Amino acid sequence: MIYLDNAATTRPKPPEVAEAVVRAMDGFGNSGRGAHAGALSAARTVYSVREKLCALFHGPGPEHVAFTANSTLALNIAISGLLGPEDHVISTDWEHNSVLRPLYRLRERGMGLSFLPADRSGRLDCGALEGLLRPNTRAVVCTHASNLTGDLMDLPAVGTFVRRHGLLWILDASQTAGLFPIDMERWGISAVCFTGHKSLLGPHGTGGLCVGRGVEIRPFAVGGTGVQSYSERQPEAYPTRLEAGTLNGHGLAGLGAALDFLERTGADAVRVRESALARRFYEGVRRLPGVRVYGDFAAPERAPIVTLNLGDRDSGEVSDELAERFGIATRPGAHCAPRLHRALGTTDQGAVRFSWSYFNTEEETDAAIRAVACLAEEERG
Amino acid sequence: MREARCLITFRTTTGAMAMEAACREAGLPGRLIPVPRSISAGCGLCWAAPVAAERALEELVMARRLDVDGIYERIL
Repeated sequence: MIYLDNAATTRPKPPEVAEAVVRAMDGFGNSGRGAHAGALSAARTVYSVREKLCALFHGPGPEHVAFTANSTLALNIAISGLLGPEDHVISTDWEHNSVLRPLYRLRERGMGLSFLPADRSGRLDCGALEGLLRPNTRAVVCTHASNLTGDLMDLPAVGTFVRRHGLLWILDASQTAGLFPIDMERWGISAVCFTGHKSLLGPHGTGGLCVGRGVEIRPFAVGGTGVQSYSERQPEAYPTRLEAGTLNGHGLAGLGAALDFLERTGADAVRVRESALARRFYEGVRRLPGVRVYGDFAAPERAPIVTLNLGDRDSGEVSDELAERFGIATRPGAHCAPRLHRALGTTDQGAVRFSWSYFNTEEETDAAIRAVACLAEEERG
Repeated sequence: MREARCLITFRTTTGAMAMEAACREAGLPGRLIPVPRSISAGCGLCWAAPVAAERALEELVMARRLDVDGIYERIL
């Protein structure tokens, strides 16, 4: 199987990730629940992962990194814990349902919500943000990269807008954490929401949010914390404020190993390799008859994603044929990004997404080009 | 043998882990133990060290802005 569905989850992981998870399952007690060697071993590992992620995002301190099961939960925590019915929020047409549905739920309770629109080629004009501003605008919630096209958000432009108007800024880094630099202190990001199992190369069930200095997020889930057991309220101090219940210490041990791999390898080297593979594929398929590629490939940088359709064929059919005939794993359908599909005119057809990781090769990429060429030729009849 | 100990409590487990890491780096003595009930009923970790190290520990807490809840002396 040639795995080109890394935007859904990266595969394989560096071998040391699984090794760390196994060691943790054999050796860990429960982080923050007791002072015996096993509990402390877990707590030390969890703390070291907080330190690494804080350094990665340039956060205010390791205590500002709170862990969740994935970015969806992190986004729910940030959105529901910072915003309310009295606010107005600006988001974009690029967003995943993990951003959209929490926002829509707040809109049902009275919150104002505006979207920076994507044009028919999927592009956003950040210059239009000013026109969406209202007196009660409280926040911008946006992704760093479209999970559908791989196009990158113009973060400096968003940052300038956010700072100019004193807004909160929640960034969905699901497709970019570990791959592209994110400097939350410099850019004024209030919360970076991330998942561990995509570009960070860690296990499923790991993720979280790095909260900016002075940003007060109301607790989402409340419960056991290992501290202040007789208090009827969730402790106020970060990260405990946002972490109720046992953490995924085993998974976080794996995420820590993945972060070590990324640091050793170098984010720039990883990004350059993945981008080169995606570009190679794009150049190989873009002129094939009947192939329509989505996204802005004139941009200097983009996430390692190439999404396309073949004529008017059902994207699910194409993806299935790629898997069954050619052994190539891709993702078809709507990609949980309904607004961008509407902008691109692919609501019914969906689209076939190819996405790369550091572990893919030129040979695999060329095989994918040949497979698309073969299908395009057959489609042509 | 029971002896007087300096005990430092924290608001979070993360605060306790930061203290341990800072003490290891600075070469200061102590270890994490369960918080004694004479300080706080319930659960949680505290840093237990010889009383002689209290001043150095306080200075470390201030210098690193560690998230400390309280500093106590107890016979343990």
